[in-house]
Amino acid sequence: MAAEGASPVMDPIHQFQVHPIFDLHLFGLDISFTNASLFKAIVLVAILALMVWGTRHRSLVPGRLQGSAEMIYEFVASTVRSTIGTEGMRFFPFVFSLFMFVFFSNMIGLIPGTFTVTSHIIVTFALAMLVITTVIVYGLMKHGAHFLRLFVPSGVPALLMPFIVLIEIISFVSRPISLSVRLFANMLAGHITLKVFGGFVAMMLSAGGVASLLAPLPLLAIPVLTAFELLVAFLQAYVFAILTCVYLNDALHPGH
Amino acid sequence: MISSAYAATAASGHGPDAGVAFPPFDPSSFVSQLFWLAIAFGALYWVMSRFAVPRMEQLLEVRRAKIAADLKHAADMQAKAQAAGEAYEKSLADARANAQTIAQQTQSKLNAEADAKRKTVEADLASKLAAAEKQMADTKAKALANVDAIASDAAAAIIERLTGKTPSPGDVAAAVAGAKAN
Repeated sequence: MAAEGASPVMDPIHQFQVHPIFDLHLFGLDISFTNASLFKAIVLVAILALMVWGTRHRSLVPGRLQGSAEMIYEFVASTVRSTIGTEGMRFFPFVFSLFMFVFFSNMIGLIPGTFTVTSHIIVTFALAMLVITTVIVYGLMKHGAHFLRLFVPSGVPALLMPFIVLIEIISFVSRPISLSVRLFANMLAGHITLKVFGGFVAMMLSAGGVASLLAPLPLLAIPVLTAFELLVAFLQAYVFAILTCVYLNDALHPGH
Repeated sequence: MISSAYAATAASGHGPDAGVAFPPFDPSSFVSQLFWLAIAFGALYWVMSRFAVPRMEQLLEVRRAKIAADLKHAADMQAKAQAAGEAYEKSLADARANAQTIAQQTQSKLNAEADAKRKTVEADLASKLAAAEKQMADTKAKALANVDAIASDAAAAIIERLTGKTPSPGDVAAAVAGAKAN
């Protein structure tokens, strides 16, 4: 990565670049295997390593890996149960996959030199659309036209109803946008901040004089920011999962 | 610096308009991103729903069942221990009661024996006492009778000395008896 471009070390945007590792075209579409694809694969392998390889012994008394896997499982399961209820457990593999994918993408992205899968709006938007599509398809399948009651809250005066329905529809349509932009923007901003602070250190050192003496200050900020980013990485995965649960709850129980 | 970054993007980007867009908004990578995301997430969902989640459910269920069984076993054992303890307490209480009865019986038997012995001794003593008293009374009566005779003799002698006549012993005895009665 560092070999290309003028000064990729100092460039905060460089880490988001997608470049092909080998070109692949299908039906005239560019589906090259890129560094983004590579990290999607790494995320997948890491999750499978934890959830499948880590639990291979099926020990009664779990070891470290199995303990971690169980902890995450129980955490997501309790989130799903408390948000959608026991009947929501049919969506558990979906919510769990989403949480794991986002969580591992965020976490792996924090390792210097890696690519953050969730820092691209197309990825987060695709995941958000997957959630909303699931909500709509399942809601219509289960409740048919009654699913549209989601937009018609009970106990609203008839005069206000058109406005309320309009607001409800707008809020429903904005869900995939807010869901995807929240995650994407958090990841993007966090990584840019880290890189900018890292760039400050290099710039101040090379500037010489007083600036060189002050160079350790941004360096001290980086561990703090990294800790904060670790929190954000977990929190955004959790927010993504819990909002998915909330939206799926609408599909199960459309009446307000 | 930023401009050089864009130059780098332009150099390394792919697709028709690479290099112009900010990488996360670069549409040239969208198709590839979506394609590989679909594969990665599809594979993830498949493995999670088919293998990982059922395995985890089974694992937790087995553990839950094992813990429940162990707890039940422990509760059973505790109940057994408690029953054994109660049985022990009961047998101890029985033995204690038994010992008490035996002690009581022995004591009452000993008391009865002592009573009987005491009664015979008392009766013996009483009869001896009565015999002694009788003897004393006899002796006293005899002595008293002797006193009568002495009094009669003395009275007869006094009367003889005074009167010169010998009174009949019957009169003297009657007079002594009369004086004694007074």
